[in-house]
Amino acid sequence: MNKTRLSLKRIAGLLGPFVGLILVISIFSLMPEVSDRFLRLANIRSVATQSVIVALSALGMTLIIISGGIDLSAASNLALSCVLVAFAINLGLPPVLAALVGVASGGLIGFLNGFLITRLRLVPFIVTLGMMGIARGIAKWVARNQKIDAPLSWLNELMVRSPRPFWLVVSPGIWIMILLSIIMAVLLRKTVFGRHVVAVGSNELTARLCGIRTDRVKIIVYSLSGFFCGLAGVTEFSRLTVGDPTVAMGLELDIIAAVVIGGGSLSGGVGSILGTLIGVFIMAFLRNGCTMMGWPNYFQEIIIGAIIVLAVTLDRLRHRQE
Amino acid sequence: MTDEQFLRLISISKSFGNNLVLDSVNFELRKGEVHALLGENGAGKSTLVKILSGAYKPDSGRMSVAGVDYRPSSPLDGLEKGIAVIYQELNLAPHLTVEENIMLGQEENRFGFVDKKRNRKTIMQVLEFLHHPEISPDIPVRKLTVGARQIVEIARALVSRAMILVMDEPTSSLSQEDTQRLFQIIRKLKDEDVGIIHVSHFLEEVVEIADRFTVLRDGKVAGCGNISETSIEGLIQMMIGQRLSELFPRIPHQPGGVLLSCRDIEGKTMDKAVTLELCRGEILGVAGLVGSGRTEFLRTLFGLDRLEKGVVVVSGESFKPKHPEESIKRGLGFLSEDRQTEGLAVRMSLADNLTLSQLRFYSRKGFLRVKKQRQAADEWVNKLNIKARSAQQVVFTLSGGNQQKVALARLLHQEAEVFLLDEPTRGIDVMSKAQIYEIMGRLASQDKSVIFVSSYLPELLGVSDRIAVFHRGQLVEARPAAYWSEASLMKAAITGKES
Repeated sequence: MNKTRLSLKRIAGLLGPFVGLILVISIFSLMPEVSDRFLRLANIRSVATQSVIVALSALGMTLIIISGGIDLSAASNLALSCVLVAFAINLGLPPVLAALVGVASGGLIGFLNGFLITRLRLVPFIVTLGMMGIARGIAKWVARNQKIDAPLSWLNELMVRSPRPFWLVVSPGIWIMILLSIIMAVLLRKTVFGRHVVAVGSNELTARLCGIRTDRVKIIVYSLSGFFCGLAGVTEFSRLTVGDPTVAMGLELDIIAAVVIGGGSLSGGVGSILGTLIGVFIMAFLRNGCTMMGWPNYFQEIIIGAIIVLAVTLDRLRHRQE
Repeated sequence: MTDEQFLRLISISKSFGNNLVLDSVNFELRKGEVHALLGENGAGKSTLVKILSGAYKPDSGRMSVAGVDYRPSSPLDGLEKGIAVIYQELNLAPHLTVEENIMLGQEENRFGFVDKKRNRKTIMQVLEFLHHPEISPDIPVRKLTVGARQIVEIARALVSRAMILVMDEPTSSLSQEDTQRLFQIIRKLKDEDVGIIHVSHFLEEVVEIADRFTVLRDGKVAGCGNISETSIEGLIQMMIGQRLSELFPRIPHQPGGVLLSCRDIEGKTMDKAVTLELCRGEILGVAGLVGSGRTEFLRTLFGLDRLEKGVVVVSGESFKPKHPEESIKRGLGFLSEDRQTEGLAVRMSLADNLTLSQLRFYSRKGFLRVKKQRQAADEWVNKLNIKARSAQQVVFTLSGGNQQKVALARLLHQEAEVFLLDEPTRGIDVMSKAQIYEIMGRLASQDKSVIFVSSYLPELLGVSDRIAVFHRGQLVEARPAAYWSEASLMKAAITGKES
């Protein structure tokens, strides 16, 4: 009986974002101008592929936000990884190693964030704001302020819309995203480490009192998030086929928005992987729908801005009722 | 003029929930007198001060200043009507200068522009009056000593032309010299017909500076009169009164060999060395005023505040507590005095809170065994009779007493040997209190040890085997409970002297 109550409660927490997603999808599928194209497999496939980059970074961001932190350097980190992959391929490294370089650079930046936050006792906002500039600067430096062209390899097939072999149905990038989402959801809900992350975000003083090494937890969380940004950078390279240091400018705000729309609380302790994914898809379908309708860019921005405020307001109201 | 009752409080009552904090309190203040407001922790002094300042509204009763009805709608309104309160934790903006702090909210201005010249003149006059012209108006307040900050607060009150000054524990963080300097100022203000309400625990100072006194006990006035007609002992007797004897369940236990000892430990929050031994099967009570260093002692022992000197020995093994993780492994358990912001993660479930310090027992290769965790929580809910719908209930929806039982259950569950309990019965109902006393007795009978910090003397006397007293950071005494009485404990806590 306890179990049903628990899962009911969790479902209720996800209900808001989920209804939002359904709403967005149904509105566009009812628009006569686009209704015939919007729900086609091809379009859904393309939306999903577009979501991979934000979704991967948002997995790590979810963990950070649940732990009570924030990472403003996510997008710069991603760009640096993207550039390094192209750079490594041009050095003659095999694609696997090049991808590893990207992922490792992401993890390293994340580790540095965590290290500085815990050792210097600085707030995450400041440390990652600094890292945002540093990582972006290094990316431009490595790329000599221009795009790095790299020869095509199998890496570039991670993000194709019609994958080979055909039985994959969707691009490998999407499969990676699904797999990692499941792993992260399990990590968060089913492991001791996950519970420690929630405890640190819910009340850091209590966590310390209970003997949890809060600093260690934070360093791991930031490193993991950096790793995901690095991986997102690899997929970004795969999509662009070049290493572009100016890619994903401002994307950190989309990533944070996805977590928040999905029910994550910036004061820590609350959030879920599934919620974040729904948040990612709400934004992706909105962008896609608006583009298909031929609505201008600024219109999308206004709608997404309004949705962020609306989502958090609804969440607040729900909590007050409890 | 001086004999007239300047401030009158008639039959003031205030309750929070079911808790009657002030019960028909009368209070009078004359012009140019220092009136001491006395009472134990929790007697209602702070609430009365907050009502005076306008921060709280009384449930019933009247107040008047100079014969005019006084009904402050906020502290700012109170200040404008002539009552300034100087709180224990000073209310200054550390980054602003002395001048900016003094004039904050009362800047001399012309069309909204600060009139620097006039400001400066006012400030120099006030600082001169206070005999502190050496405090420069241009330095940021954070660079001043605590004593000087207090002068700034008083200057602020004077600029607002307050005729009544309420000082809440003004000397608790002052050195001897600063205290004397403050008293000089108080005497000077008296000459200017300012009425001063002096809230203090330090009775020797009260006897030195005050003209009259009012003692609060359990929210009622227990006595008032002229200081010259009473003594420190008399005041203490009024503060503690004749209490109804309460029932403290005594579970037989026999103190054995030494379990924990600390020699000359000093730490970041403990500037005076403390040496103490604790036996198996012993309940050691710790008395002392708020801010006397009792909490800091427990926190340093547990590794929450940094230990700088000395070692702690538990079961013959010595170690320097650095992090609660290590202390827990060595068998220490700590119950925070502040369960809302530190003791419990109130937005997490009861089961999570209960097992948070020992999650590895409920895991296999890092994966949580939620079922086992929930079973353990259910077991403790039953054992301690915690009123909750289920182990998954979020902690902040529980009552105070039940929350405290969850926090205590965590220590029991982690099988601590030494229980460091900081105000374990604060703000909880009588039934839960009795249960917590019983748990403490049972722990002692199982050869575990308890250090029990409390401000409530009857429970200290009723539950402890031995009682230690802290005074201004120093451990004054540790003697068998039978040796102490409420009066002698209070005296040791207030004066720091053994009797």
